[in-house]
Amino acid sequence: MSNSETKTLQAKVKRQVSTSAEQTRPGPTFTPAVDIFETETEITLLADMPGVKAKDIDIDLHENVLSLAGEVKSPEASNEKDILREYQTGKYFRQFTLSEAIDQSKINAELKDGVLRLSLPKVEKATPRKIMVKAG
Amino acid sequence: MIARRMFSWPTWDWRGAEELDRMRRQLDRLFGDLMGDFSREPTAGVFPLINVTEDNDNYYVRAELPGIKADELDISVTGNSLAISGERKILSESESAHYHRREREAGSFSRMVSLPGQIDSAKVEASCADGILTVVLPKAESAKPRQISVKTTS
Repeated sequence: MSNSETKTLQAKVKRQVSTSAEQTRPGPTFTPAVDIFETETEITLLADMPGVKAKDIDIDLHENVLSLAGEVKSPEASNEKDILREYQTGKYFRQFTLSEAIDQSKINAELKDGVLRLSLPKVEKATPRKIMVKAG
Repeated sequence: MIARRMFSWPTWDWRGAEELDRMRRQLDRLFGDLMGDFSREPTAGVFPLINVTEDNDNYYVRAELPGIKADELDISVTGNSLAISGERKILSESESAHYHRREREAGSFSRMVSLPGQIDSAKVEASCADGILTVVLPKAESAKPRQISVKTTS
């Protein structure tokens, strides 16, 4: 772990996606980088979505497809002129298919410093019942 | 007939070579343009990627630094260059967590940016919101554009 902590970060260009549906508003759409991990009780998703405000995030879970969408307003004022542009800003969009049943009522999302943390608690499974076969 | 062929053939060959060379150069330029399009967005640069803009009074340097708190950043100004360094930490989750995807990266970074004009280093301000760092660098008086009114002599 200490090895990864000291490594130098490499700049990455945000991956742009082309959505199947045509957009009504023009502009680039990016896929946020995510970490997904699972414990016994829940699946947690962390997504880097810099520039998105909590009210502009849209999380949707429908028929096991989890959609993350975020709108980013251009941080620049209209009278600012570009000198150097290394990254673009735009929407974020990413979808995942979940294999586990998720308890929709307990989904929790939190946005902090441009990182979205989404907790998806699994539906509690019924305790397995052992069926005894009676010998007739 | 033979003499004419002997005379004209090298001439044609030479022109042909020149023509091919011209075509090659055009193709090179075409590919160069295409490559230029790709290299405009650097694939491997120095983290973080930055956008620099200006208005009449200030330069603005912005960088996307999700998950980095303001106190984890070290920003300094020397002359007309700005240095941004820090470390991105990703807290380790519980032992029982099984990772399915790990795309977010942790690590240290350091970047230096030279601004095109002189800045007033005493008035530089930095803020961090929603994972975006914004550094406002006021231009020095000498670097500000001055509106010159044209006098009419009547």
